[in-house]
Amino acid sequence: MRPVAVVSTAQRQEPELSGLTEVELMAPLIEKARSAVGLTQADIGFTCSGSSDFLAGQAFSFVMTLDAVGPVPPIAESHVEMDGAWALYEAWVKLQIGEIDTALVYSYGKSSPGSIRDVLATQLDPYYVAPLWPDSWALGALQARVLLEGGVVSERRMAEIAARSQSHAAGNANAVRAGTPTVDDLLDTAFVADPLRPHDCAATADGGVAVVLAADDRAGDLSDRPAWIRGIDHRIDAHHFGVRDLVAAPSAALAARHAGLGSDRVDIAELHSPFTTSEHLLTDALGLDEAAVTINPSGGALAGDTLMASGLMRIAEVADRISAGTADRGVAHASSGPWLQQNLVCVMGAD
Amino acid sequence: MTGSEVPPIDLPDLDVSAIEAIEGVEPVRSVRTPIRLDYRYVPGRAAVTYLEAMAEKRILGQRDPDTGHVFVPPRGVNPASGRVLDEFVELPDRGHVGSFCITNVPIPGRDDLSLPYASCWIFLDGADIGFLGLVAGCDPDEVRLGMRVAAKWKPDDELTASAENIRWWEPTGEPDMPLDEIRGGRGA
Repeated sequence: MRPVAVVSTAQRQEPELSGLTEVELMAPLIEKARSAVGLTQADIGFTCSGSSDFLAGQAFSFVMTLDAVGPVPPIAESHVEMDGAWALYEAWVKLQIGEIDTALVYSYGKSSPGSIRDVLATQLDPYYVAPLWPDSWALGALQARVLLEGGVVSERRMAEIAARSQSHAAGNANAVRAGTPTVDDLLDTAFVADPLRPHDCAATADGGVAVVLAADDRAGDLSDRPAWIRGIDHRIDAHHFGVRDLVAAPSAALAARHAGLGSDRVDIAELHSPFTTSEHLLTDALGLDEAAVTINPSGGALAGDTLMASGLMRIAEVADRISAGTADRGVAHASSGPWLQQNLVCVMGAD
Repeated sequence: MTGSEVPPIDLPDLDVSAIEAIEGVEPVRSVRTPIRLDYRYVPGRAAVTYLEAMAEKRILGQRDPDTGHVFVPPRGVNPASGRVLDEFVELPDRGHVGSFCITNVPIPGRDDLSLPYASCWIFLDGADIGFLGLVAGCDPDEVRLGMRVAAKWKPDDELTASAENIRWWEPTGEPDMPLDEIRGGRGA
């Protein structure tokens, strides 16, 4: 496997960025990520992005956002209608082929112009499920009920996960939900979709993230301490709700195994948890020992969830800490779809 | 990174008795599942500035300090290089035709246009890229490359923050732009 590293990141996340276009949001972030390692677009071998037309409310919206990249002279470019973590995977594969040494990956989402809980319904089975417009929180609550009744998780454990996320997020300028609530405070709040309370649902945000990848010696030239990708894999569970096992995250576990997560310790884990219950499942599926691993040092997606960018933001958060020297090895996770349907696991290290 | 052992999923025994019961029933050949999503669309910082100026019959572009190129309408960046642009410049409401076609298809809601009309690529004086506009107020046969045109604005009491404030472009009667100065087809 060709060594590939994250050498630069830039991100921005706020509760609402409705005054900016996607171009105006992304152009400064892309420029910041490139210029931090002294690159211009002409130095980038491949550019890949992740976004959703259903959020932008227009067809082929990603083409417009190429204004923010600078596509002249013509660039090699691709796009996934997926979280940017999957765009990073495509760029990583391209780097494995060996014809390029650098890649720019970015993703963004602005859910504030529409109703994200309705937008998410459109990703479901178009014949049997989507026409019923199931609410994304209600779907999360169905899974939470099964987990609670089955004794897999407790409401207190869910509140503990939320409290940990919010207190970690206090140091993260890009988090949109931070604070120091007690578990009892959280358990005292009203349900939004019984048995889910507000703190159980990830805090919806608008934002974007840009990442520069480099391979082999190029990574060392660009960064004093590159965050090397030591393993990366993504897996998907069945689309049909009826065959899903709601008390497990088998595709997350499998992706973690194939990414080599179990082969060495990790210091930090950034998890893309749409709900506190998903974080509980992921911690188990990834085999993370909470006594030894700092879970979501940024607060994770619970503290700020930008649809289409949250997964790539998790990779950026782990890479930033490795490059800064506050962690030697970490794992980033991205998810997509209802009930953790699709999962990507990226293991990174300083050496 | 390939190959794996996925645990088998226990599925209940299938009850197929209904298949016989619906034999002869007209099959479902299609289903209608209408999807509607509503958006509060904000045009963004550069476009809002442009549209607010439009309400005052002013046309704003953005200038790239590196290349000197002026872009109208403004997008907040140089769309070729991606450079973030902050500087707005005001442009005159006149320019020249850089390319055109004679259109015989009506525009919904524009009963005031008679067919055919000229769809034009118009370069404002001082702008480095063209934008789309209609030329009316003359016979379509008269429209030509280099023809000088000016904006025909809506009456003042009908102005809004909209690009529709310019109903069309009309010939000014000025001498045509020399052919070697016509910008049509050349990007910034």
